[in-house]
Amino acid sequence: MNARWHAGVVLLLALGGAGCDDMSRQHKAQDQAASTFFADGKVDQAPPPGVVSREQAARDAELARRPPLDAALLARGAERYRIYCAPCHGLAGDGHGLVVARGFPAPPAFTEARLREAPDRHFMEVIANGYGQMYGYAARVPPADRWAIVAHIRALQLSQHTEAASLPDAQRRALPGGAP
Amino acid sequence: MAQIFSRAADTWFRVAMLVIVGGLIGVFIVAMLLERSDYQTGRGWTVDQPVPFSHQHHAGALQIDCRYCHAGVERSARAGFPPTHTCMSCHSQLWTQAEMLAPVRRSLEEDRPLRWNRVIKLPDYVYFQHDVHVQSGVGCVSCHGQVDTMPLLHKAEPLSMSFCLECHRDPAPRLQPRETVADMAWHTDEDRRHLGERLMREYRVDPAGLTSCSVCHR
Ligand code: HEC
Ligand code: HEC
Ligand code: HEC
Ligand code: HEC
Ligand code: HEC
Ligand code: HEC
Repeated sequence: MNARWHAGVVLLLALGGAGCDDMSRQHKAQDQAASTFFADGKVDQAPPPGVVSREQAARDAELARRPPLDAALLARGAERYRIYCAPCHGLAGDGHGLVVARGFPAPPAFTEARLREAPDRHFMEVIANGYGQMYGYAARVPPADRWAIVAHIRALQLSQHTEAASLPDAQRRALPGGAP
Repeated sequence: MAQIFSRAADTWFRVAMLVIVGGLIGVFIVAMLLERSDYQTGRGWTVDQPVPFSHQHHAGALQIDCRYCHAGVERSARAGFPPTHTCMSCHSQLWTQAEMLAPVRRSLEEDRPLRWNRVIKLPDYVYFQHDVHVQSGVGCVSCHGQVDTMPLLHKAEPLSMSFCLECHRDPAPRLQPRETVADMAWHTDEDRRHLGERLMREYRVDPAGLTSCSVCHR
């Protein structure tokens, strides 16, 4: 009788004690948090030198192969271009983005003859590794999106360098100044 | 023997009972109000940061998309804070002498990340993912408010359990097209419920079971 009574009290105390443990801040490693375990104070550790990601082969394959040009690719490219490139290169690709208006060095317009003739490889390279004063975007723009952005840049170049005569009638009539 | 209880004892007893019971109810109500108050949920409060970064300036005036800096938001659980490299993609050329930006430059030189203090943090026993929300067409604005007007970031919604559940019970009228999730000024003339139900079919959002405890507590 007495033993059971004691066991009951101990159980109640244990349950009560458990309720005091604040679970809202738990001792676990979370992304981008500080760590007391690693010397550099970061939870996120860079992989040791020489490590190859399991996804590396797939990424290389994506880089090497140009995806088929379709409406979905162009739409994706337009969106990604607006997010990552337009602040400097401007929505039209003329190099007059809002950040340039605040004093950032102006990038060249994509419609320059040199860039119209540059191969897709050059653009892929610039997006990944940067060029001159422009930083690289490899960490934020994965290979598939790079191809999409290149397709959009091609569309920008084409739309600003097309003979009006080569357009279908309906579109020619919509031009300012209205062709016959 | 004298009377133990005076004539007024009965009245005193009633008053005492009223005060005790009323007081208990009062304490309960005050506790409830406090629990939901902005003081408790942290809504509207700003936090000291190593650099006084302004969303109003960058996301509002300069119209930089949220994803330029919070690049993980579409494909991982966490939106993440931008690495110093992201700031330097502009500030390597702009405001290069500004005292305000000295910690950013030091962070790049010493290869030590800036330590941003959290403004919005759920308790660790809550499981939350950004990607599933963004891919289902829940805009940043529905949980973070008009970030592009905030000089210093603050919590715009309580992000309490009842806030999450309110939407999980009936997400349709709160959804928007996936392409517009980062657009703080998105607006439609279409009926929101009508649009939301179409989007739910398109994105295959299944609201059944979204309110069970194990969705957020696992
Ligand atoms: C922070 C501003 C900024 C952003 C954002 C930016 N660029 Fe640039 N870009 C520049 C500047 C400045 C130059 C000129 C660099 C130079 O000549 O030193 C440039 C040059 C270029 C060039 C021309 C290279 C050549 O051969 O002359 C290409 C192509 C280019 N950028 C593509 C992109 C794409 C694609 C994106 C989006 C993923 C992008 N840029 C985002 C600033 C930017
Ligand atoms: C130029 C980069 C940049 C852009 C663009 C940007 N942010 Fe931020 N964001 C930051 C930085 C840096 C912090 C950390 C400092 C702070 O809290 O103000 C932050 C913090 C936040 C936080 C608080 C997180 C926390 O727990 O402390 C939220 C929410 C947020 N941003 C949402 C947004 C939204 C929504 C947009 C788009 C309208 C946006 N951000 C655009 C850089 C940016
Ligand atoms: C896409 C370009 C761009 C990026 C990325 C960027 N900034 Fe800026 N930032 C600017 C511009 C442009 C100004 C100056 C605005 C002006 O002149 O009105 C500025 C101004 C500032 C200022 C001082 C002015 C103010 O009132 O806010 C601070 C502080 C600042 N940025 C911090 C940051 C931090 C921290 C980051 C990284 C999270 C960052 N910026 C990323 C373009 C950028
Ligand atoms: C359904 C609500 C919801 C939506 C929609 C949402 N967020 Fe969040 N966000 C949260 C919550 C909750 C947290 C706190 C997460 C935590 O503490 O683990 C958070 C945290 C953040 C943080 C801090 C860093 C991190 O990842 O924890 C940033 C930055 C952020 N959100 C940006 C964004 C942006 C940008 C968007 C839109 C593309 C967005 N959020 C959409 C609820 C939301
Ligand atoms: C404005 C609406 C809205 C708000 C607010 C919201 N959610 Fe959601 N949540 C959704 C939708 C829509 C889904 C997607 C369901 C699906 O795809 O089947 C979802 C899915 C989730 C999932 C994933 C479920 C699964 O099956 O994997 C979690 C976890 C979650 N929400 C947690 C939260 C938390 C925690 C909060 C509060 C901080 C919150 N949500 C606030 C709309 C919302
Ligand atoms: C949509 C997500 C979601 C669902 C579903 C959910 N919760 Fe929660 N819960 C939360 C969030 C977010 C918090 C943290 C609230 C805060 O920070 O105050 C929370 C907090 C709690 C707390 C702690 C309250 C406190 O003040 O300490 C308990 C207990 C709890 N939930 C129980 C439940 C139970 C039981 C269920 C199922 C009936 C449930 N939750 C379903 C999101 C959810």
